[in-house]
Amino acid sequence: MTGESALFWVLAPLSVAAAIAMLFMKKAVHSAILLAWVMITLAIFYIALEAPFLGIVQIVVYTGAVMMLFLFILMLVGVDSSDSLVEKIKGLRSVAIFTVLGFVAALTSLIARTDNGQAPVGLGEANGGGNVQGIAELIFGDYVWAFEVISALLITAALGAMVLGHSEKSGVAKSSQRARSIARFRGKSIATAAGLPGSGVYARNNAVDLPALLPDGKPSDLSIAEVLHRRGDVQETKSYALEGLPKIDEEGNK
Amino acid sequence: MNPTNYLYLSAILFSIGAVGVIVRRNAIVVFMCIELMLNAANLAFVTFAKMNGNLEGQVIAFFTMVVAACEVVVGLAIIVTIFRSRRSASVDDASLLSR
Repeated sequence: MTGESALFWVLAPLSVAAAIAMLFMKKAVHSAILLAWVMITLAIFYIALEAPFLGIVQIVVYTGAVMMLFLFILMLVGVDSSDSLVEKIKGLRSVAIFTVLGFVAALTSLIARTDNGQAPVGLGEANGGGNVQGIAELIFGDYVWAFEVISALLITAALGAMVLGHSEKSGVAKSSQRARSIARFRGKSIATAAGLPGSGVYARNNAVDLPALLPDGKPSDLSIAEVLHRRGDVQETKSYALEGLPKIDEEGNK
Repeated sequence: MNPTNYLYLSAILFSIGAVGVIVRRNAIVVFMCIELMLNAANLAFVTFAKMNGNLEGQVIAFFTMVVAACEVVVGLAIIVTIFRSRRSASVDDASLLSR
């Protein structure tokens, strides 16, 4: 048993098992992970089949870009939306499996009949100057028109995705500067139009959680941020009042 | 090893993908199954390249990958657009023409 056949007989059942399991996964994310595994095994097969360039491209394009795109869209449309596996059209599943089994039988018998036991030519000669160089010669030689057309297709697809993905901004229009200015200076908010009072600044304290004192000695709630009120992090200003000073009554007499 | 085995594997993977396209109803999973079918076809191309001793099969497989990438980009954009208007990614819900 050569190394290549060992690789094949280990990886091929694994990839087929992953592909079958992909059909039975309820969550699309699990299917995506299994598909990524199938694609990685295919990349290994490409490298074993003397196509190292395609193997690398397979990993970069498929397991890298395409599966990432799939997962991205899955996150976008709701990763939790699991597919119900109940069949809606009666008998669809059995008919599908029966048909496809027939298709497999036809394909395998076709492959078996065309297999004349001839040893493969192998790519030793074609890959002589390097696999990438050989492919490049073909792409930019015989197939240059196909290459150009396909690059045009790729650009068109990118543009199409942008057009399809574009959505007009809906809902309330963003308020203009004029509207915000009117809201600020008309109505009740005129009282605080010049800004809210700052927090307390005293000889021993300079903190945002210390209320400023109003002229009558009461702490001003407005000078403390709303969130500090909610958290109960406001300090008492009174405790900082100096003790032992003579009281001053409302007329200014000691 | 006889590369025909790769062709059998390719046929099996293609058929599994076909079952998935018919049976599954989540549009994204259907798309993944289509990707599986394209990959299986690619495997057959690469195997043919080795059997016949020229690189044209690999070039065609490369082109197939590009086309598959285009298809995924546009298809997923369509799925997102449908999801935006219907809040569902199930292929059974997009049945406006049958009503």
